[in-house]
Amino acid sequence: MTPPLWPRRTATLPEAASADGPWAPAPVIEVRSLIKTYGHGDAAVPALSGPIDPVSGQALGVELVVEQGDFVAVMGSSGSGKSTLMNILGCLDVPTSGRYLLDGIHVGGLDERQLSLVRNRKIGFVFQSFNLVPRTPALAQVELPLAYAGVKPAERRRRAEAAITLVGLADRMDHRPNELSGGQQQRVAVARALVTAPAMLLADEPTGNLDSRSTEEVLSVVDRLNAAGRTVVLITHEDEVARHAKRVVRLVDGRIVDDVRQAPVGGPPPALREDESLVGGGR
Amino acid sequence: MSPFETLRFAFGGLAANKVRSALTMLGVLIGVAAVIVLLAVGNGSSQAVKDSIEKLGTNALTVSSGGGFGGSRSSGATVTKPLTVDDARALADPASAPHIESVAPETTTSQTALYEGTSHAVSQVVGTYPAYFKASNSKVTKGDYFSSDDVLGSRKVAVIGSTTATDVFGTADPVGKKMTLGGTPFTVVGVLATKGGTGFQDPDDVVIAPLPTVQNAFTGFGSIGQILVEAKSADATSQAQNEITTVLMGRHGIKDPNALDFRVSNQASLLTTQADTNKTFTVLLGAVAAISLLVGGIGITNIMLVTVTERTREIGIRKAIGAPRGVILGQFLAESTLLSLIGGGLGVAAGLIGSHFTIVGIKPVIIPESVVGAFAIAVAIGLFFGGYPANRAASLRPIEALRHE
Repeated sequence: MTPPLWPRRTATLPEAASADGPWAPAPVIEVRSLIKTYGHGDAAVPALSGPIDPVSGQALGVELVVEQGDFVAVMGSSGSGKSTLMNILGCLDVPTSGRYLLDGIHVGGLDERQLSLVRNRKIGFVFQSFNLVPRTPALAQVELPLAYAGVKPAERRRRAEAAITLVGLADRMDHRPNELSGGQQQRVAVARALVTAPAMLLADEPTGNLDSRSTEEVLSVVDRLNAAGRTVVLITHEDEVARHAKRVVRLVDGRIVDDVRQAPVGGPPPALREDESLVGGGR
Repeated sequence: MSPFETLRFAFGGLAANKVRSALTMLGVLIGVAAVIVLLAVGNGSSQAVKDSIEKLGTNALTVSSGGGFGGSRSSGATVTKPLTVDDARALADPASAPHIESVAPETTTSQTALYEGTSHAVSQVVGTYPAYFKASNSKVTKGDYFSSDDVLGSRKVAVIGSTTATDVFGTADPVGKKMTLGGTPFTVVGVLATKGGTGFQDPDDVVIAPLPTVQNAFTGFGSIGQILVEAKSADATSQAQNEITTVLMGRHGIKDPNALDFRVSNQASLLTTQADTNKTFTVLLGAVAAISLLVGGIGITNIMLVTVTERTREIGIRKAIGAPRGVILGQFLAESTLLSLIGGGLGVAAGLIGSHFTIVGIKPVIIPESVVGAFAIAVAIGLFFGGYPANRAASLRPIEALRHE
């Protein structure tokens, strides 16, 4: 069955306006004038620069605000800076300049210990290459972030089992990574990312190494998580994947060139809504 | 993360590379076992010397003629008066020398013993009093000692050492048999227990006979070689030594205590010097063993560095899901400590087993401190040498660790 097209809507700016409103909840991600440069001096290569000020010629930096409950797909060709952006959003890398507020916390002012706490509590990271800990059974894998958070073993086990069941791997809990298929490994990674109930799920090309069937498996899990209110930011260069998002941001050469809203922030992600509409007899 | 979980992770990490972990442990094992065994060997040889001191009799003092070390050349020395039986008699006076138990003048020569065509050169023929046996810790196993009556009657009787007994009489029982010593017939009345050799001279190749008999037959009635003095107790030896010096200075008419014409020596102190030499030897052995322990420790560092490099990506993953620095540090430290702990434990076992065997003729005697010390040092080395790689792992930036291939 070919997925039917749904109407695309160009994103207007009301969400940015509402974010600035005094009564609205703080956005999950608020990036201001973010610049990332690799190397120093003449050898410096800008990875994220944002628009160039036409008067001074200075880079103004990337501006990005993601509301709670949103599902954002960041698209761009390789070298466009999307992975750099993702690493900064995931607190794995630090920006050269600019402000990054995660759930209202200014990340730049945190020390090493606080950063590890933020990574543990606020962010669930899913990688393209799964990045499971070798030789560790799925359940222990999912328990790991909870162990680092200091959760008691019994509680940890209960929550890890719930997370694994949520991604549909209840019968694979004792399997090690090398005994799981790519799609299953990625679903374990998703379970690991969401087990701490983080503010947002960051996925760096989560389906890049998966076949189409596994892609569907993983994306349906992500869709359901977003429908349950979890904020999701994912990187992809596949349009098929981007269709699942409520909002699509395109990066070219370290600048946001396109920001399209496909579905409202509140409400289910487009894929699930499509299912509903199918159930409801189509549009 | 509870300590138990850290330990479980550490076990998992070690089990992932069994051969490598086993070889690293082997390094520590050899180090610890070497420390324990080598120190035990050194200790065993000092113990052997100590035992032979006890065999000699720690209360014994020997008075011999001649100046002290360099004393004969000192300006005060005039004519050296030889030691006489009268000197010995004076020492035996309890009024002037209360710390002296017994006194035995002795004269020594060497003669050839003949028995039924068997000829044997006896290295030591001693003419003395019965007190000699107790002072020199010589015990008779067959027959009996000669008595004071034998001495007074100048009877031709002798007590012989075990080596002399087998060399002269073979398997036959020497007690009651007559052997010819330097042309004079002697009746063997007793055989001494084997003392065992510690020096160049076999202490069991000896013939002990009454002093006047030996003087009459071989050495003449002039001076005597030395006087064996037994102090009342081991603690009284120094007082006894002072009393001997005072009495003999009076008898020989010497005023200057630096110009003595006799020498009082303590055989036990001689052997104590030897024991000290052995201690130096033990320390050297220990140093060699400690180096091997250090090499084992460097092995741990090496392996942990390889492990960190190999698992950089895993460290990155753990950090990305929120592992604090302390947990990563703890995990790698736990692994290296576990390596040294198991290696050290097995080393202690190997050392204890190894010390049960006789090594180059020495029965090793384990020093308990060396066991505890070697084990503790091994564990400390694990902590110390594991610290650097663990710290390196913990301070990796997550993004760099994740990019590592």
